[in-house]
Amino acid sequence: METADENQDSSQLKVQSAASLKAFMLKNSTKSNLNLYDHLTQLLIKVMDEQLQNVVDVIEDISHDVKRGLVEDKQSTLRDLPQTTAAELLAEQQRLLFSRPEDADQEDELVETPLPNVSEIGFYLEQAGVGLGREEMQRIFLALKQLVESQALLRCRLWGKILGTESSYIVAEAEYREGEEEEEQITDEAAEEEERETEAQDSEENEMDPLPQSTYKPAPVVPKEAIGTGANKCVYYVCKEPGLPWVKLPPVSPVQITVARHIRKFFTGRLDTPVNSYPPFPGNEANYLRAQIARISAGTQVSPQGFFQAGEEEGDEEDEAPRDSYEVNPDFEGIPVAEMAESLSTWVHHVQHILQQGRCTWVNLAVKPGEDSNEEGEAEEKEEEPDEPEPEVGPPLLTPLSQDAEMFNTPPWSSKMSSTLTSQHAAAVLRSNLWPGAYAYACGKKFENIYVGWGLKYAGEGYSPPVPPPPQKEYPSGPEITEALDPSLEEEQALKEALEEQQAAQEEMEDTDEEEEDDD
Amino acid sequence: MNSDSLYYSLELVAGSGYTLNIEQRAALQTSLVILRKNYKFQRVLYWGKILGLKEDYFIAQGRGEDEMNDKKNLYSFNCMDWFLLPPATDSMIDEVSRAAKGRFTGDPSYVYEHLEIRRQGEGDEAEEEEVVTKVNEESRLAVTVHQIDEEVSVVPRGAFIKSPHGLVQVNRSFGGLSHSEAGKLDNFLHFSKPKNLKKKSILEMGDFESIY
Repeated sequence: METADENQDSSQLKVQSAASLKAFMLKNSTKSNLNLYDHLTQLLIKVMDEQLQNVVDVIEDISHDVKRGLVEDKQSTLRDLPQTTAAELLAEQQRLLFSRPEDADQEDELVETPLPNVSEIGFYLEQAGVGLGREEMQRIFLALKQLVESQALLRCRLWGKILGTESSYIVAEAEYREGEEEEEQITDEAAEEEERETEAQDSEENEMDPLPQSTYKPAPVVPKEAIGTGANKCVYYVCKEPGLPWVKLPPVSPVQITVARHIRKFFTGRLDTPVNSYPPFPGNEANYLRAQIARISAGTQVSPQGFFQAGEEEGDEEDEAPRDSYEVNPDFEGIPVAEMAESLSTWVHHVQHILQQGRCTWVNLAVKPGEDSNEEGEAEEKEEEPDEPEPEVGPPLLTPLSQDAEMFNTPPWSSKMSSTLTSQHAAAVLRSNLWPGAYAYACGKKFENIYVGWGLKYAGEGYSPPVPPPPQKEYPSGPEITEALDPSLEEEQALKEALEEQQAAQEEMEDTDEEEEDDD
Repeated sequence: MNSDSLYYSLELVAGSGYTLNIEQRAALQTSLVILRKNYKFQRVLYWGKILGLKEDYFIAQGRGEDEMNDKKNLYSFNCMDWFLLPPATDSMIDEVSRAAKGRFTGDPSYVYEHLEIRRQGEGDEAEEEEVVTKVNEESRLAVTVHQIDEEVSVVPRGAFIKSPHGLVQVNRSFGGLSHSEAGKLDNFLHFSKPKNLKKKSILEMGDFESIY
């Protein structure tokens, strides 16, 4: 009996102690709000699920993981949305540069490529201390290759990079294909015809009520140069980053070049930005870019003397037209680099100089085209015959740089060797002081020009924009439009009395005449 | 840029077209380390390059304990032999702004002259005085470097911190700006002494990093 009771008591005691232990285990910790009971439950559940080997050795780590797992779960309610950054988009587009077409590539290696040896150019530019970093240059050259393939160009080279406030332009220079000249001329003529039609319609409406014609005659527009000659000799393509599509720039007109000479504006990086300036620029940023490219090319594209020779077609030296063609001289042997770095006469310009007019070949504007009416034409010819404008002449092609004019007390070019320590293998580097950013290098038979800069000419001390012209004189003053004072009241009355007296006197005269007649 | 990270930082800024020859880069890495040891700088930075007509100047800047006040500028032609530039004083800045015109020639002893005729006195007592200001190219170089630093030296927010002693030092726990932060102009600050501090409103002052 007693043992049963004792057993009961001891089992009750055991149950009680178990219950108190469980209650103790269920008590939440003050620090972490967890309790031992739940923790051990989860731990054992995990052990049951995973059934690891040698559990007893890693039990502490499993316990630690369980504790950590609680914390992580609560914080993962917010997730980061993966956003495509601009860098990722660009990388996607640039990936296409590196793809190789699957067509037979062995044929390409035999045919002469229109691309120059790009790695070599990159190497020499790095020696000269100018360039865009190796990876950037490599990407640009791959983009050039893409351009050549997509447009089937004859010859293509990297012209340079023009920096802008929002983004930059990478410029490539290429030669026109033969069919393109006709296409461009057709589009130009179509545009002109449309303009003439609208003008004709306007003039018809005006004949109903003739308004006073203004005597203002705008200065005659200098005609554009034909494509393939002069300032439009090469076609230029631009892109923002290598890998993005190339955009072709329109041909340049002389009025755009003359206005570009007076204004000073940074490029924004978008081709359709309007150019607000005085004198007003005819066109948007694409035209302004093309005009600056034309000016920079004419001023800074140089080559070692003898590399190019004048075209052999022209036999007459009396011909006044400046020669505009040059050919690669097959007998060129290269000038030693030390000479090239020292004297400027070993370098020559191989792009035609742009005259004041804005073209490379001068056009006489005094000769009137047949569009004006005959009367006006005759009158004007008589006026302008005594002073014919003098033809503008620029330095002929292939003039050495020693003849370049100095501006603002700075020599136009600075030259040096790319390395003084290993001068046997150095290249001669030429830097323009008039167009900061224009560089040229020459090493033996190889040479290249590049421009990396903002697209602005050195302006000396400061740039002062041109002021608008004085206001035009109005109509000449004459008696019919000058104001006269209205007569005052006394004067009117005096005049009236005088008139009445005159009338009275006349009547008297008539009366006396009648009387005399009557008498007779 | 820091001489330690020169070899990869140069590639990152090459987008504007100015890079260094590989020979110059190698020479810089060697000479900047020697420079730091000789002058006992904390950090030595390759500051940049100033183009001249005949020669180009390479500029290095050494920083001492206090990054803002303890700066010394040095110049070199071949990235190997460095010469100390004098610190720019206000009178030097005045003289240079009057006399120096045109491009740098590349010869540090070249003297720029400026002739000014001042009239003193009134009316009949007018006396003409010829004031000739002469500046040599070295001072012009020192003043130019100083002015460029004052006006356009820009650092990201959080990169420098003022220690309890009042010294401006590099913040070692600066982890860089995140992608979106780097796109905002507000996160870049001028690295120069405050100008017109007392006239700013309290709202603006809250934007600054440290004011004391």
